[in-house]
Parts: sequence; structure tokens; C-alpha cells
Amino acid sequence: MTSDAGHAPRLIELLRTNTESLIDKWVDAVAVLLRGRSTKAELESDFKEFFAVLLPLVGTDGRDTSRPEFAEIRSLLEEYSRNRVRSGFTPSETASSLFSLKREVFGLTEGDEDPELFRQVLEFSSLLDALGLLTFEFYARAREEIIREQSEQLLELTTPVVKIWEGVLAVPLVGTLDSARTQVVMEKLLEMLVETGSEHAIIDITGVFAVDTQVAQHLLKTVVAARLMGAECIVSGIRPQIAQTIVALGIEFGDIVTKASLADALRHALRRDGVDVVRREVV
Amino acid sequence: MPPRSDGPEELSITGDDDVVRVRQLVRTYAQQTKLSLVDQTKLVTAASELARNTLIYGGGGFARVEEVNDGRRAGVRASFHDEGPGIPDLTLALADGWSSGSGLGLGLSGARRLVDQFDLDTEVGRGTVVTVVKWKR
Repeated sequence: MTSDAGHAPRLIELLRTNTESLIDKWVDAVAVLLRGRSTKAELESDFKEFFAVLLPLVGTDGRDTSRPEFAEIRSLLEEYSRNRVRSGFTPSETASSLFSLKREVFGLTEGDEDPELFRQVLEFSSLLDALGLLTFEFYARAREEIIREQSEQLLELTTPVVKIWEGVLAVPLVGTLDSARTQVVMEKLLEMLVETGSEHAIIDITGVFAVDTQVAQHLLKTVVAARLMGAECIVSGIRPQIAQTIVALGIEFGDIVTKASLADALRHALRRDGVDVVRREVV
Repeated sequence: MPPRSDGPEELSITGDDDVVRVRQLVRTYAQQTKLSLVDQTKLVTAASELARNTLIYGGGGFARVEEVNDGRRAGVRASFHDEGPGIPDLTLALADGWSSGSGLGLGLSGARRLVDQFDLDTEVGRGTVVTVVKWKR
């Protein structure tokens, strides 16, 4: 038996002669499983390609799928799993597609009493198991990529720069200010300053829970950069507990104008521009 | 994160995300101990500074947070452990405005002013442990 290890001539022969009917049955089984979310034609073309790549691997065990002969099937599975993630299939559904082939192959060899063939089928089964696990891995990796993309998009979304008056921009900051976010904020702010020709920018930190030295340093850098471009920055939204913490930390805001609320900051900016907000007399 | 009171909790510090996680954990404990809003903010800010020091200067490590009680009052204790190069000159490290890195140089000294108790245990080549406590007033 050992002389045959790594080869499975009978099984390969069986698979080759029954390719058409096997794929048909496989497609049928998976189509039922996915309840019409994939058409039979799509499945058939996927599985045909898959089967062609799988056939030369029959007879090898799936213990080390990182070997070069697995490269082709790996890339095929990766694409398959990736598509499945994007179209909202669960990882079980993705892996079951592969496992379904097992039952069809068992069906094919059921009546045969050759123990050697049985061994070959068993090995084929563990190969499919290994490949099924690979789809899990690829599935998870594709998911992680999507999550990373989304958090990058969120980064862009959560740092809006808005024009609140002619010549006055506002940047409401919410959450945690890390280096990546400050970089985004600074770039966006400087761009908007040029675009709108604004001379005032209000950075509102009402939504920032804690201001530590790193946050302060980022803020100071942003203010200096804006100043170099001829714009004045006002930091607003400094709550009492933040003010006390900043004092205890010993952070100097120097000559940067700070205000308790965004409204105060806006009034300050308008006044600097010579605009006074006056209440109209109600008759 | 649900409030927890069963013993100390540890978090490893190996990346920027972990600094945020430590901050959230300390905040949960501070709220649970019912520290005032100002004290919560002070402790969380100190934890943020120290966790970042552990990461940047200590090369990573872990933080331990727990509720403490000295019989008269409750408080929160947070300690930050690393096995980095240690601090060769404590006086200098605790001086305002001095930094061996690129920061403002206020982190360590500022953190000390933000808490009620501050312990620094460091040995060159062995690592540093900073322990801080904030008591409920």
C-alpha cells in the first residue's frame, strides 16, 4: 500500500470518466444549499474550473497547502471566497460548497469494495477538508480587508471641515485624536483654507474625551501650520474638566485663542472681521 | 465595555490601539468607583500618557487596572509595566519640558501632577513600572 502513497490511480480514473455527471450533481447540491442566490450557470463555470485544478492534486494529502503545487488552487479559492464575502454569503456556506463534492464522490464509489479505493477516497476527503479550511481563512482575510477599508473611510467621514461663515471654517473633532487622524484633519483644513480663502478656522474639541500631551501637540502643530498659511485658529469646546487637566499637565497654549464654546469662537472670529451680530429691535 | 469589579484587569500594550483600550478600561473603572468627572478625566489622561510611554519608550508592556480601598475611601490604581531600557536619570525624566523623544516632555511629569499617588520603579536595562492611584474625594 505504501508504494501507492501519494497516488490514487483508480480514484483519478473514476473522477476523470465521470467529470460531467459529478459536476452536474455537485452544482445541483450546492444550488439547493445556497437557495438560488447563485445561478447554476455561475456555479457550473466556477466548479468546472475548480475541478480541473483539483484533479492533478488528487492523491496528495492536504497537510501542507502552502506547497507550490497548491498555488493555483489557492488563488482560485481566494477569489471564490472573496466573491462570497462581497455577496454576503456566510463562511459555512462558502466552505460547504467544497464539502458537498465529498458526498458526490462517496456516492460514486459506494458500491465498490476495493479497500485501496476506499483509502484513496478517504485521503481525497481530507484534501477537501484542508481546502475547505482554506476558504475559511481566505474568507476571514477578505472580511478584515473590508473592515480596514471601512475604518479608513470612517476616518475621512468623521473629520469634516465645514464653512460656517464667509471666511470662517469649523472642524468639529469627536473621539480619539491619534496621529493618523490629526494628519487627515490638518491636511483637510489646510486644503479648505486655500480653497475658500478663509482667514479663520475654529477647531472644536467638545467631542474629545481627554486631551493628553499628544493630542495637545497635534493641535498645536495644526494651529502653527494654519498660521503659516495666514489663517488664525481658535480652539473651542474646552470643558471644565479638560481645562483643569490641561493646567495640571502643564501644557501651554501660548497665544492661541481658546473659547469655551463654538458659539463664542464664531463671535470672536466675526468680530475680528469687523462683523457685529446685533439683535433687531422687535416692534 | 461592561463595568467589572472582580479583581485587577490586565491589558497588553503593543500598539496605538492598545493605548486607546487602556484609556477606556481606566475610564470604566473610574466611572465604577464614581470618581468625579474632573478626577475621571485627570486619571484617564494620566493613564493615556503613561500607556504611551510604555509603548514608545518601554517598547511595549502591559497595564494593570484595579479598584482599591484603604478603609477610608475607594480609588482606582493603574500600573504600567515594561521591560525596556529603564530611565537613567529620574530627575531629568521628571523635569517639565524634557523629552528623550519628540514629545512635549510633559507626559511623565504631567501625569504625576494629575494623580494622588505616583510610584516609579525603574532600573536601567531591566524596565520600568509606574503605578498611580486616584482616590475618590
